Amino acid sequence: MAAKQEILEGAMAVAHAVARCRPEVVAAYPITPQTHISEELSQIVADGELDAEFVKVESEFGAASVCLGASATGARAYTATSSQGLMLMGEVLWNIAGMRLPIVLACANRSVSAPLSIWCDHQDAESVRDCGVLQLYAEDSQEACDQHVIAFRVAEDRRVLLPVMVNLDGFLLTHVFEPTELPDQALCDAFLPPYDAALKLDPANPATFGAFTEPDKCMEGRWMIHDAALRSLSVIEEVSAEFAKVFGRPSGGLLEEYRSQDAETILIAKGSICGTIKDVIDQVRDEGKKVGLVRIKTYRPWPKDALLKALASAKQVAVIERGASFGAGGVMTPEVKETLYDAGKVIPVSGYCVQLGGREVPPDGFREIIDRTSKGQRQKAYEYFRLRTEILPDLVPTK
Amino acid sequence: MNDKLLSMDRLSIGCVAPPAGSVENKTGAWRAMRPVFKQKDCIGCRACELVCPEGCVAGNAKEKKFDFDPDYCKGCGMCAAECPKDDIDMVREEK
Amino acid sequence: MKFDYSDRILVPGYTSCLGCGEALAMRIVAQTAGKDTIFTNCTGCSEIFTSRYPTSSWAAPWIHSLFENSAAVATGVAAALKHKGKLDSTKVIAMGGDGGTADIGLQCLSGAFERGDDLLYVCYDNEAYMNTGIQRSGMTPLGAATTTSPAGKASWGNSRPKKDLPMIMAAHNPPYVAVTSMGYYREIPRIVKKALEMRGPRFIQIHCTCPLGWRSEPAQSAEIARLAFETGCYPLYEIIDGQMTPHKAPKDGWKPVEIYLKPQGRFRHLFRAADGVQQIARVQALAAANIRKYYGDEAVPDFAREAEKKVAETAAATA
Repeated sequence: MAAKQEILEGAMAVAHAVARCRPEVVAAYPITPQTHISEELSQIVADGELDAEFVKVESEFGAASVCLGASATGARAYTATSSQGLMLMGEVLWNIAGMRLPIVLACANRSVSAPLSIWCDHQDAESVRDCGVLQLYAEDSQEACDQHVIAFRVAEDRRVLLPVMVNLDGFLLTHVFEPTELPDQALCDAFLPPYDAALKLDPANPATFGAFTEPDKCMEGRWMIHDAALRSLSVIEEVSAEFAKVFGRPSGGLLEEYRSQDAETILIAKGSICGTIKDVIDQVRDEGKKVGLVRIKTYRPWPKDALLKALASAKQVAVIERGASFGAGGVMTPEVKETLYDAGKVIPVSGYCVQLGGREVPPDGFREIIDRTSKGQRQKAYEYFRLRTEILPDLVPTK
Repeated sequence: MNDKLLSMDRLSIGCVAPPAGSVENKTGAWRAMRPVFKQKDCIGCRACELVCPEGCVAGNAKEKKFDFDPDYCKGCGMCAAECPKDDIDMVREEK
Repeated sequence: MKFDYSDRILVPGYTSCLGCGEALAMRIVAQTAGKDTIFTNCTGCSEIFTSRYPTSSWAAPWIHSLFENSAAVATGVAAALKHKGKLDSTKVIAMGGDGGTADIGLQCLSGAFERGDDLLYVCYDNEAYMNTGIQRSGMTPLGAATTTSPAGKASWGNSRPKKDLPMIMAAHNPPYVAVTSMGYYREIPRIVKKALEMRGPRFIQIHCTCPLGWRSEPAQSAEIARLAFETGCYPLYEIIDGQMTPHKAPKDGWKPVEIYLKPQGRFRHLFRAADGVQQIARVQALAAANIRKYYGDEAVPDFAREAEKKVAETAAATA
């Protein structure tokens, strides 16, 4: 079959990929930079190309709640959001995960107010990383499309039954035009059969959803979420391998090892920034230095074993983040350290916040990080890279 | 299908509960007062049956016979208060 | 006598308080709706007393999600049913208390009604956040003591009149809005049936006595709810396609509000202090305004007009 690549805006491509997954209920609320996904889905429905109920909700909280109700009734449900919208639906995401409903949502990663910013960082998605919603991260438009197909399959797998969030960088992926091949509809239908809920709201088989549990049971109910998330690691690998076979692309999987198999200095990062990092790694490799990138594609569940394996040759690691935990340090950085520490591999791990709110780091920035990391020094704290101190005021106001 | 997935002994995925299991919770153990259906002046208006918050008063309007279910009656006294004929008394529960 | 609960939608064993008005109203609504119904519920007393895992009082499909999204979850249920071609045969009823509906849940409710979603919303109004311990809501009436609007040396209790939720819903122009009361328990089935005959967004508000929160005798719950209407404190009516039909006026005439307030401990402070009379007059004036609004000026009794005069004089004096 001839590959049909089109030049598509990322958000539009995602909308069409989602449409081919045949969601039955779509509920989405506008927020930059996700909006083109919802608008295009809305147009696809309006043109009669997708048989779905498109609910024009009054907020993201409403969007997630409508998806919850629809999914509980046995319908395949989808929403898309960013930043403030993700925050607003946060309460519902915990509820969806706890009720084990296989909703898929896109997060067009965007900084969280205040100060207000419409540009990209990962703090939005990272702030909900604990609730049991699985998280995939795309490097490019193609992956963003493909990961949606994988997401529906994984979410609805009876060994998993958890919501899945597909993350794509706001503007950097949503608004950029790239050659993309949309998943073939027939292949999609074969790969992703209609959602068949094991338990649902159905007068023929009544059940009670959302009961309250007392302390003697609640921990077990919540542990089951953790257990399912851990089990999803192998399901994601399985589904991704099948996706690669059927569609011919390696878009799924837990992580990507880019020239890292024999690297002594390894960078760890996720999202579109990895495109730039790969270019810099190629340059550094041309100089004969053993440097590589491990790109996190599945962030939740945390791919501990796969990561350890990928870091086998590492003597020092730099974690490149678009996030932070204010008052502590990084977000992925401690997770990497924990993984290495638990395995007794106590090598230097440096954590870098390379941007919050969309100011991009040019290639020479990654070069600097690679050079500094390669020296093998132990970094003292999570570093806010190239912080513009010249625009900072007196941080402790004098009377 | 649900019978395999839902039980009272083990958690289900998502903590979904089977239907109507609360019948095992005999709230009649709560009561300090109990109704006495004297059945002297009953006109079969069904107020007692309709007003019971627990839905545990039943009977036959034509036969003018009504009574309460001791398994669930909490002794709130609404049936006695609503009866237009004062045909229901509330007395101390002796159990 | 043998008791058979096999065709009940809400089965006994729920842990509501003695004399709970919400339990009564919900039992009637559920039974009238029947088994081909999917219920959504918001967090609150009824959710807690009917769904203590693994026991549930629900024999029909039922879902509780969060405090503020009963309407939105119902929107999703209806959308899924519509997509599966089942919305003609399966009813969707969203339920919530006054707090979860008029306050924190108003956004989702308004959205559903603005979109014209095909669901019935039932608000069980016991006039405070009872489940969390009797805190004031937007539907708490003037003068009521709650834990967050307590009576004290510097307070007469709740200082605001009730939010007029049914009128807010009526402003969305739905096919049906009704306000009823568990004091008139015989009327609830007709109202629910009427709503369920229609399509689109429909709203029913049911006044529910809460003996614990109102500090009243459980046995008196129905009588007290009726007094709320008979004093003009709680207007009852139906609006069908924009046409308003108020409940028949009380056959023995409108009663003074004291008769409604006295049996409730939440208004006790109004009767203790000598100048509580002023506050009672304010409550009476609100009732007078209700009677005038729904039954015409001629219907307002003299004692109510007296109260309105007193309130106006006091306002003028303190202006």
